[in-house]
Amino acid sequence: MLDKILFLLCLAAALADQRCMPGAPQGFHVRLSIKTALGDEAYVWNENEMFLFRASLAFAMRNHMGGQQFEVSNIIVCNETERVSFWFVVTSPLDTSQLIDQENVEVAVRKSRNRINGAFLLNDKTLEFIGILPTLAAPFIPATPPWLIAFGVVMGAVGAGIIIMLVSSVVQRKRKANEKTRDEDNDEETRVKTVENGAARDGVYNMSFSEDERFTEM
Amino acid sequence: MTGDKEMMEGEDGNEMTEGEDGGAEEKEITERPKWDNKLQYLLTCIGFAVGLGNVWRFPYLCQTYGGGAFLIPYLIALVLEGLPLLHIELAIGQRLRLGSVGVWNSISPYLGGLGVASMMVSFLVSMFYNMILAWILWYFFHSFQDPLPWRNCPVNLNHTGYISECEKSSPVNYFWYHETLNITPNIQTSGSIEWWLVLCLASAWCLVYIGFIRGIETIGKAIYVTVTFPYLVLTIFLIRALTLPGAADGLVYLFTPNWETLKNPQVWLDAATQIFFSLSLAFGGLIAFSSYNPQKNNCEMDTLIVGCVNSFTSIYASIPIFAILGFKANENYNTCQNWNILQLTNAFNVGDENITVANYQDWLNHLNATDPSEVESLDLKTCDLHTFLEQSASGTGLAFIVFTEAVINMPGSQVWAVLFFVMLFCLGLSSMFGNLQGVLTPLMDLHMIPTWMPKEVFTGLICLLAFTISLIFTLGSGNYWLEIFNNYVGSMPLLIIAFFEIVTVAYVYGINRFNDDIEWMTGRRPNIYWQATWRFISPFLLLVVFVAYVVTEAEQPATYNAWNPDYVYFPLAEVLSYPGWVVAICALLSVVPVVSIPLVASYRFAMSQRADASQCGGVVVEFESDDIRDARDDNARTIPGEL
Repeated sequence: MLDKILFLLCLAAALADQRCMPGAPQGFHVRLSIKTALGDEAYVWNENEMFLFRASLAFAMRNHMGGQQFEVSNIIVCNETERVSFWFVVTSPLDTSQLIDQENVEVAVRKSRNRINGAFLLNDKTLEFIGILPTLAAPFIPATPPWLIAFGVVMGAVGAGIIIMLVSSVVQRKRKANEKTRDEDNDEETRVKTVENGAARDGVYNMSFSEDERFTEM
Repeated sequence: MTGDKEMMEGEDGNEMTEGEDGGAEEKEITERPKWDNKLQYLLTCIGFAVGLGNVWRFPYLCQTYGGGAFLIPYLIALVLEGLPLLHIELAIGQRLRLGSVGVWNSISPYLGGLGVASMMVSFLVSMFYNMILAWILWYFFHSFQDPLPWRNCPVNLNHTGYISECEKSSPVNYFWYHETLNITPNIQTSGSIEWWLVLCLASAWCLVYIGFIRGIETIGKAIYVTVTFPYLVLTIFLIRALTLPGAADGLVYLFTPNWETLKNPQVWLDAATQIFFSLSLAFGGLIAFSSYNPQKNNCEMDTLIVGCVNSFTSIYASIPIFAILGFKANENYNTCQNWNILQLTNAFNVGDENITVANYQDWLNHLNATDPSEVESLDLKTCDLHTFLEQSASGTGLAFIVFTEAVINMPGSQVWAVLFFVMLFCLGLSSMFGNLQGVLTPLMDLHMIPTWMPKEVFTGLICLLAFTISLIFTLGSGNYWLEIFNNYVGSMPLLIIAFFEIVTVAYVYGINRFNDDIEWMTGRRPNIYWQATWRFISPFLLLVVFVAYVVTEAEQPATYNAWNPDYVYFPLAEVLSYPGWVVAICALLSVVPVVSIPLVASYRFAMSQRADASQCGGVVVEFESDDIRDARDDNARTIPGEL
């Protein structure tokens, strides 16, 4: 009896090994780049880390295929390399000879990708599931595009500036017009004088006469 | 002069006085606007000369034509061609106190078309130049985000990857060609008017209008900021850029002289055209600015200052630009090498980060020995720093593609982006003032402004008209049209005008008379250097440059680079040839500004044949009283024709 059980176990193990291999139709290639991600704080990849990986994958499978109790033993890993890359396949908890198909595993991994990444302090780029495209985070789109805000500020300042300049020039013009009418009255007197008297430029300008004019005007 | 005050109701008096009328001169000067101080005038001229070309054209030429060796033809061209022409424009404007139309009209009525040509070129150039400023504003508005919008490709609809057009080219390319320009695949497809570009163009014109609103009164205040700020930013960039890794490579590459290039005549031609366009000659703007000077002003010193500051700025700007380009090349080189390393690491499952840049070659040899076929299947790239250093660009490519990519990798990108685009905007704005003043001053001198219209309204109308016409450049094909304008309006007509300018002053007005004028203005007669260049060297050089320019342009087929995402070799640009009607427009753009020169000459000739005797050599003015017209005729009879 014991022999039979032993033989069956060995057979199962052998079968399992055969199902998990590089290029397996139901398997996935995983690649980790721990040193790139963490630098000096990188942890060493050992059996315990592999155990965590299998456990998190079992968690992902449980999340996706609700009801089925996936165990660590359902995640079979092979071809581990120094790179830290390996292949894995998932067996069904109900029947260990059966493998879960790729689509289900892919959706399961996608759903819990963040949790798996978090368990290893990695991200989509440093923990790669070859063939499973990461769902890119939707970019944050604010209600008003920020450039319109900057544009509004600049245009507001510019508009205010233009209005100020125009208003100030209108005010200046009015002031000049007032001064000009006053000056013109003075000039008319002096011009009349010089036309009448050709050599007036050589004469002495009669201040008293024009000053009278200014006083009477006021 | 008794009737002076009554006559001058407009802003500008345009008496041509000989030196003797010292007293009357004072009264006229109060009517014509003037600079608040000498510094304003110098800064405005410097601002007009120093523009976008100093930052994005000169460093490119320097790099293409053998680095430090290019400085030799550049400085020779400055001395033999740039400074003499500059001196003529500043002196003639200062002496005759008129804008470009008035100046050439008063020297010889047959050559009045020169002024009209200058005015037209100034107007056409200001239209497309402001579109570039609108693009700069667009980038400026977008620099206040984190992350910068040209950093990452946008995500596609089902969030599985990036938009393919962006992935094939690069995020900066995508942002420039698609998000900013929304460019059409060819020039025949006009696309629609892009509202965001219209907004930016409107704000650019409003900003120009604020500075330009009262002519030089407001320009003189604005340029204190717009001319000094770029130098401040360039210094900040210089300090920052020199601390970046890879900066030294860029600088060494830029300044290492390659003396072989001096044998290539194209280099000399490009140096001559660069100095010519860089100093903004033949636009009429410099004549306009100097016409507001007091006549007793040392224009020779001004010429040397403006010319030398312009060249110094070009050289000074190329240092941080190339340091940053060296940094960018270094980044690209590292990315290339890291990509190779990653390929090897993944294919051979070597430990993470075991292969580094340092031991890459050893690993490659080792792996090649063990499994050469696998290594070959990886298609490793050859990473050469020089290839990346050579990938520079000029013009809008430098500012909006190359530089924005470099800025992403600098810590604190937003700050650098904002500083850079504000600097570019200031550089362009001060040049815009010169362009527009080259349009405004002749119109004011010709008394074409109705007296009831205030100056502010008139400048606003000019800006509005230019804005409306330049809406062409906001179409999908706008960039293609802008390049056409840039190549055909901003080049050949200017060379023609400048050639006629120098020949007119040297031979029609008379060099001796010109020397007398300068001696009266500055107190010193121009020395042998000026004499030789004005009489022989500069006209000859200009003629050679013009002919060479026409020949090289004619040899090149009329093609343009189009951005077509459906092109087979995308992201390479598709080289298309201009359709027939576009070629006709190009020819029109080159010819129409300068056609006024022969037109006006023949018109005046015809009039002189018809009319009798004493033709007034000056600008046609409404005479208010007989004694003024007689006085004017006395002046006029001494001016034309006498050598």
